[in-house]
Amino acid sequence: MKLNVNGKPLELDVEPDMPLLWALRDELDIKGPKFGCGVAQCGACTVLLNGEPVRSCSYPVSAAAGQQVMTIEGLASKGKLHPVQQAWVDHQVPQCGYCQGGQILAAVALLKKKPKPTDEDIDAAMTNICRCGTYARIRKAIHAVAAKGVRA
Amino acid sequence: MNPLVTSPARRHFLQVSASAAAGLSLAFYLPERAQAADTPKLNAWIEIQPDETIIIRYARAEMGQGSRTSAPMLVAEELDADWKNVRVEYATAHENLRQKRVYGDMASVGSRTIRNSQAYLRQAGGTARHMLVAAAAQSWGVPASQCSTALGKVHHLASKRSLSYGKLAAAAALQEAPKEVLLKDPKDWKIVGKPIARVDIPDIVTGKIRYGIDAQLPGMLYAAVAACPVFNGRVKSMDASKVESRRGIVKVLNLGGFVAVVADNWWRAKEALREVVIDWDTGEHGTLNNTAIMTHFQAGMDQPDVAVARNDGNTMQALAGASKVYEAEYFTPYLAHATMEPMVCTAWLQGDKLEVWTSTQNPEATLAVSAATAGVPQDKVMVYPMQLGGGLGRKSPQDFTRQGVMIAKAMAGKPVKMIWSREEDIQHDLYRPASLVRFKAAMDASGKVDALHIRVSAPSLLATLLKLPLPKGVDGQAVAALQDHPYDIPNSLVDYAQRNTNVPVGFWRTVGHSQNPYMRESFIDELAHAAGKDPLAFRLSLLGEKSPRDRSILQAVAKAANWGTPLPKGVFRGIAETEGYGSYTACVCEVSVSAKGEVKIHRVVMGIDPGYVVNPDNIEAQIQGSVVHGLSAIFWGEMTLKDGRIEQSNFHDYRLMRLNEMPKVQAVIAPTGGFWGGVGEPAQAPLAPALANAIFAASGKRIRSLPLKNHGLSLARA
Repeated sequence: MKLNVNGKPLELDVEPDMPLLWALRDELDIKGPKFGCGVAQCGACTVLLNGEPVRSCSYPVSAAAGQQVMTIEGLASKGKLHPVQQAWVDHQVPQCGYCQGGQILAAVALLKKKPKPTDEDIDAAMTNICRCGTYARIRKAIHAVAAKGVRA
Repeated sequence: MNPLVTSPARRHFLQVSASAAAGLSLAFYLPERAQAADTPKLNAWIEIQPDETIIIRYARAEMGQGSRTSAPMLVAEELDADWKNVRVEYATAHENLRQKRVYGDMASVGSRTIRNSQAYLRQAGGTARHMLVAAAAQSWGVPASQCSTALGKVHHLASKRSLSYGKLAAAAALQEAPKEVLLKDPKDWKIVGKPIARVDIPDIVTGKIRYGIDAQLPGMLYAAVAACPVFNGRVKSMDASKVESRRGIVKVLNLGGFVAVVADNWWRAKEALREVVIDWDTGEHGTLNNTAIMTHFQAGMDQPDVAVARNDGNTMQALAGASKVYEAEYFTPYLAHATMEPMVCTAWLQGDKLEVWTSTQNPEATLAVSAATAGVPQDKVMVYPMQLGGGLGRKSPQDFTRQGVMIAKAMAGKPVKMIWSREEDIQHDLYRPASLVRFKAAMDASGKVDALHIRVSAPSLLATLLKLPLPKGVDGQAVAALQDHPYDIPNSLVDYAQRNTNVPVGFWRTVGHSQNPYMRESFIDELAHAAGKDPLAFRLSLLGEKSPRDRSILQAVAKAANWGTPLPKGVFRGIAETEGYGSYTACVCEVSVSAKGEVKIHRVVMGIDPGYVVNPDNIEAQIQGSVVHGLSAIFWGEMTLKDGRIEQSNFHDYRLMRLNEMPKVQAVIAPTGGFWGGVGEPAQAPLAPALANAIFAASGKRIRSLPLKNHGLSLARA
């Protein structure tokens, strides 16, 4: 099976129904996507598939074959943080940080679609659970990226 | 494509591969690295490198509470370091053991990291500064008293000379360390008290940071586990024949209290585990249910032989002779922690050498439990620090470490990473204890409260989890914020009926303070309304000279919330205050309640007086987080039991708040100085009562048990 992760073509031999999350974590040693619930509830495992957020714990690896998978590790380019990552630093969003890779990718996908999201847009798009309760700062950071007008 | 988390034995290889991977935090995996002979070490906490890098050791865990930044800030402050040159590295439990506990207590529990270590951390910084000054004075031939320090340099102003710490470090390391140094006056602090960016956030946003669940070793195996669904049950028998020959399955282990499937990929292990047929011996607790538990707690209400936690005056006599007695019973349920990262433990036993990678709030306990479980000497165990994907009190007990090491022992020679499924996590937690509390108060027509009797009927986590002897039979957690209530009530009796059940209990973010202040401050609100008094004025009338900080935080928050001023139609306020973890907190909630029971939270004003403020930005974050953690519990949190088993299993039925439900939170940080209080937990304490009191003001409905969903109340979008 061929997979493209963060721009790199990779080969792996696994069952087609293995969730993408466990192919990434245990077969390819890509640890950015986290295990939280296993049932697509929490979104800690979020990756972008052709730019769309998917919950990789409940997404068969075979369905991702031949497509562009991006994990949090692939977001910064050439050592430069993506504007969303930078906003997360500027606004000191993370606490434990476990869910934040997924949160950042969900925000990247939102801003791509809606460069100036309303609070309602943010509510609808940002459905990942953060147990530490960083929601207020997530909202602030997304608005800050939008206000700067940089292309996410 | 295989950067490793590794042991010191493979240090060299790791350094090479890590630098190739560019950006892996070397120190994170290699706590020993910095002790290279060429790096001057001023004391256990501080090393200064020739390039001005200042390494400050951090001996606790980081789970989002921000102490990995705040604690080193205290060291850097007294050192007069330039913060931008500071690099924080973990101390390890094995190094602590080897060096006779030079790093002291390593547990991150009870919001204690800063308040318990501030004295010796500041001394470590001040001592090192003294040695740097001595070295500079010596090289210049001037008295040390003529030298000053700032931003990582020693200055001799009279001769306009200065030397950097990096240049002085080697000579400073040879100076004699003073036994004690005079610490700065807080008004001279330059780092402490400022909003400093957290040191771990850059690695979080790039995905580079490694949590316990991310440990990776060559040839590593993965384990999925299932413990008996009835607590303390055992495996009677198991049949793994259906899965043993499946792809990737290495071994299925019967380990007495649980079954583990070991495979070459965690998903394969977890899938196979579902098809292992296990016959459980559930023991005598297989019929326990909610009704039985409530009956058990209810029996504590009239139990004659109870432990007395507080006994001022003669409460029983005062109540018997009172013209009017007010009485109410409150209940809070068992709660799961549900940290985002479930329980994990990677262990590798090679001969009598044991290495452990896990997310632990108490690395010293991890080391001790690991050694005992594997049957190896403690000095043969290494416990590597990893970031925690949340702790919330769950990762302080070591039940999961014990399981992980048992598996590693059965698979000796191979590294094995055990990960709990979310279902295992929800159903095998050490739950926040449930508690039933009855209040009886004598109050006259003028609103003077003469007597208060508080009876607590609840399990003891100190007795059952920590096996501690209870002083006079009282579990301090069960009666927290009750036995030390701040109100001037001449006759106060607080007593405790220890009612344990088969449901295991443990510390949970804010534990006793997540339930007792809710009950106490709701009941005080009941009295205020019965007396026809304003809830703020009523509290202030009961808070005398002995409780100045309770008064001041209450007043600060009331002011920030414009208490007493008109609100938009349909919006109502509730207020509450309490001490907790050495800090003083108060909260005002503004809510409206629709006819359908939708509770809309218009604003939460949350105030804290932690004495001294270390990192104000982090305190604001902890307040916001405490509100989210609290609201999840207040609206939806409860564990229910059927046939001795927890009925909830994952986030669909153990609901946690999401972003669209987040209300506006206004943090009021109102330090009065002179003491060191915690900040990770206290802000949750006054939230539930302020909210419940606001709901009463809005709807006339007094909420005497949680969660709110059981009262037909839901959380409306903010």
